[in-house]
Amino acid sequence: MRNINISKICLSLAAALLLVGIASAQDSHIKEPNVTGHAEAGKPLYYRYCWGCHGARGDGNGENAPYVVPAPRNFVQATFKCRSTPTGTLPQDQDLYNTLVRGFNFTNMPSWAALTAQNRADLVAFIKTFSPRWKTEKPGDPIPIPAEPKLTVDSIKHGGELFQKLECWKCHGQEGRGDGPSASTLTDSNDQPIRPFNFTTSNRSKCGRTNQDLYRIFMTGVDGTPMPSFADVVKPEDAWDLVHYLRTLQYNNPSPELALWLSTKEGHDIVEAKKVYNTNTGSGVKP
Amino acid sequence: MERWSPRRGKDSLARVCTIFGYVLFVFAILLVDCRPAAAIPAFARKYGMPCSACHLAWPMLSPFGQQFKDNGYQMGNERDAPIFQQAAYWPVTFRMTPYWHRESTDKAQVDGPSGPGSAEAQSTVHGFDWSGLDFHVAGTVANNYSFYILPSSDNTGAFHFESVWARLDNVFGSSWVNIKLGKFELDNLLSEKRILTLSSNGGFYQNYHFQPLVAPGISESLYTFGIGDNQVGLEWMGHSKNDRTRVSAALLSSTDGQPGLPTSSSYDGFFAASQAFEWGSFGLQRVGAFAYLGQASTYFAQNLTTTTPVGTDLNGVPVTSTATAGLPGTGTGLQSFRRYGLVGQFYIKKFDITPMYFHGSDSAFLGTNTASNTPLPAGGRSPSWNGALFESHYTLSPQLIFINRYELIRMSQQAFSTNPGNLGNIDSLVFGVRYYPFINARAGFAYHAEYAIVRQRGASPVTATDLTNSSLLFGFDFDF
Repeated sequence: MRNINISKICLSLAAALLLVGIASAQDSHIKEPNVTGHAEAGKPLYYRYCWGCHGARGDGNGENAPYVVPAPRNFVQATFKCRSTPTGTLPQDQDLYNTLVRGFNFTNMPSWAALTAQNRADLVAFIKTFSPRWKTEKPGDPIPIPAEPKLTVDSIKHGGELFQKLECWKCHGQEGRGDGPSASTLTDSNDQPIRPFNFTTSNRSKCGRTNQDLYRIFMTGVDGTPMPSFADVVKPEDAWDLVHYLRTLQYNNPSPELALWLSTKEGHDIVEAKKVYNTNTGSGVKP
Repeated sequence: MERWSPRRGKDSLARVCTIFGYVLFVFAILLVDCRPAAAIPAFARKYGMPCSACHLAWPMLSPFGQQFKDNGYQMGNERDAPIFQQAAYWPVTFRMTPYWHRESTDKAQVDGPSGPGSAEAQSTVHGFDWSGLDFHVAGTVANNYSFYILPSSDNTGAFHFESVWARLDNVFGSSWVNIKLGKFELDNLLSEKRILTLSSNGGFYQNYHFQPLVAPGISESLYTFGIGDNQVGLEWMGHSKNDRTRVSAALLSSTDGQPGLPTSSSYDGFFAASQAFEWGSFGLQRVGAFAYLGQASTYFAQNLTTTTPVGTDLNGVPVTSTATAGLPGTGTGLQSFRRYGLVGQFYIKKFDITPMYFHGSDSAFLGTNTASNTPLPAGGRSPSWNGALFESHYTLSPQLIFINRYELIRMSQQAFSTNPGNLGNIDSLVFGVRYYPFINARAGFAYHAEYAIVRQRGASPVTATDLTNSSLLFGFDFDF
């Protein structure tokens, strides 16, 4: 009798631990702000806000998906563009959360900043239920981002040299307009045509607008697109130089890098030669 | 084998009629006065989002929808300008509601022994009907240039412009500078233009339209005003990026939204501010305040007599009629009226409640219907009142919402000291349910059922006793 009771207690404890384990697998842990999301709470939110594009099964085949370019993310594949983690790894919950806050520029994915932090965390937890990868793999560790070195004209020039050496221009074009010789041939992981980022139109890329965001994109790559990770071939200080150079391509958006570059005769002449003057189309995107 | 008998046949007929009555009851409640509301599938079609993204239950906005509206009907991901849409895209939505409704009043004015209109009687009418038609034309003409035009008809097809405005959004790149010009909805946190109830007694907010009775049996006023009415003017509105903080101020013509200059050339002001905060897993909570400071003319400075030919008499002599009226735009003797309110929107998961406190007052001249160039009648004074509203919803899912609202208005000072203290007091109760059989990014449809009852003290047309009106409505509310 005593043995039976002990067995029952052990079984109950094991079952409880298992339930806790399952529950935590369906949670999301967001550090900034400090909030824990729950898949169960995220489910009704998903079917209120997201399913029209991302689909009832999270496979990116929502009823509106055929009309959305670029195509909505397929959560079953669990391949995410904007990560703080190395290429090929799962993102941190914080990465998915930040995506919900930020939205994706130049796509149909808006910012969900109007929702509460808890809502967004719950959505992250639910999105993770669509792919078995979240049960078998752990998210990658965030790549380290060293402190940004001092901005100098030399760092900008060196970044420009790297832009040529790494053949960034083949896709992004010599002037960063996304019109390089390979641009028209690019496709994403779903074989859908994809355009390289046009640096001249905006300082807000899909994965953020800060220098740290640019550095991170460069080092993690944009999974699911032809943009690779350069973490293995570029030193951190070189990556920062490239960031400084890329800012000078965004000549419609004031930045310390652009200001410094324009203060030199060489930089001023280059930027002026690139500028395009035409009639405002009202699109909000400068040529 | 049972044999048919006349008795059995009569019972069957009664049963069929009863069932039909129940079916009618289940598939009905709605609209005599369908107030234009903004639920705009044109936006859903443009952005590919289901209506449930912007609407808790359309036409009521969700916080995401409110942010979209405040941002000038823009998502802000640099794909808002029409240049990015298919050339065939046309930002138009129409909305209409066929329905069955029953309207009842316990004291309708009828003919009596003392002459025409000298008595009161209970009156109930019911039948099938339809609402007016709203054409919502709204969106952006370019990045950060938005617009909204709403030709709206009554159920005879007579159109007017319910909204006509253009807006400069995010001026200087700041979400705190948005300028709107035209005829628009006031920046009320509780929007009457997105009200979930539609019947003639429940399709508006009593507090937004209340004007005190002058005296028992006298309801006419020198001016007409409703804070729920769209007004004409210029609005500045600002909000934080995530829409948690919202402020606005508007300079308005004192015309209650009417075109032209029918009365005076004076101006009113409307001010609103609200702040939202997150409360754990319960959701977004918001508190706010608003004030409307208005004025209305009490007489015309200039009159104009017009002579109109109406035909000839038996001798062929022309016959004319003359009429004297105030010259439009020369209304003067301006007197003030004021409305203040505090409002909150509180979410507890699927349940939400909006409480509102309301205070209003009119000048003694407006309250007693007296031109300000003449002395006030004896006992005349400034009427004032307080009101409260509690509107709650239980959103079981994006497809099903239950609605309840209770409003009360209590006079704190009558226009005449001789008036009964409770003259004009109102109690209003509304219940409703809306079921949306589908949610998509193209169109909307709702089964709507609603019951509303309103009691006003001393407002019956002949005996100046309490008046109770009620509406029952079932309808199909749809837009595309």
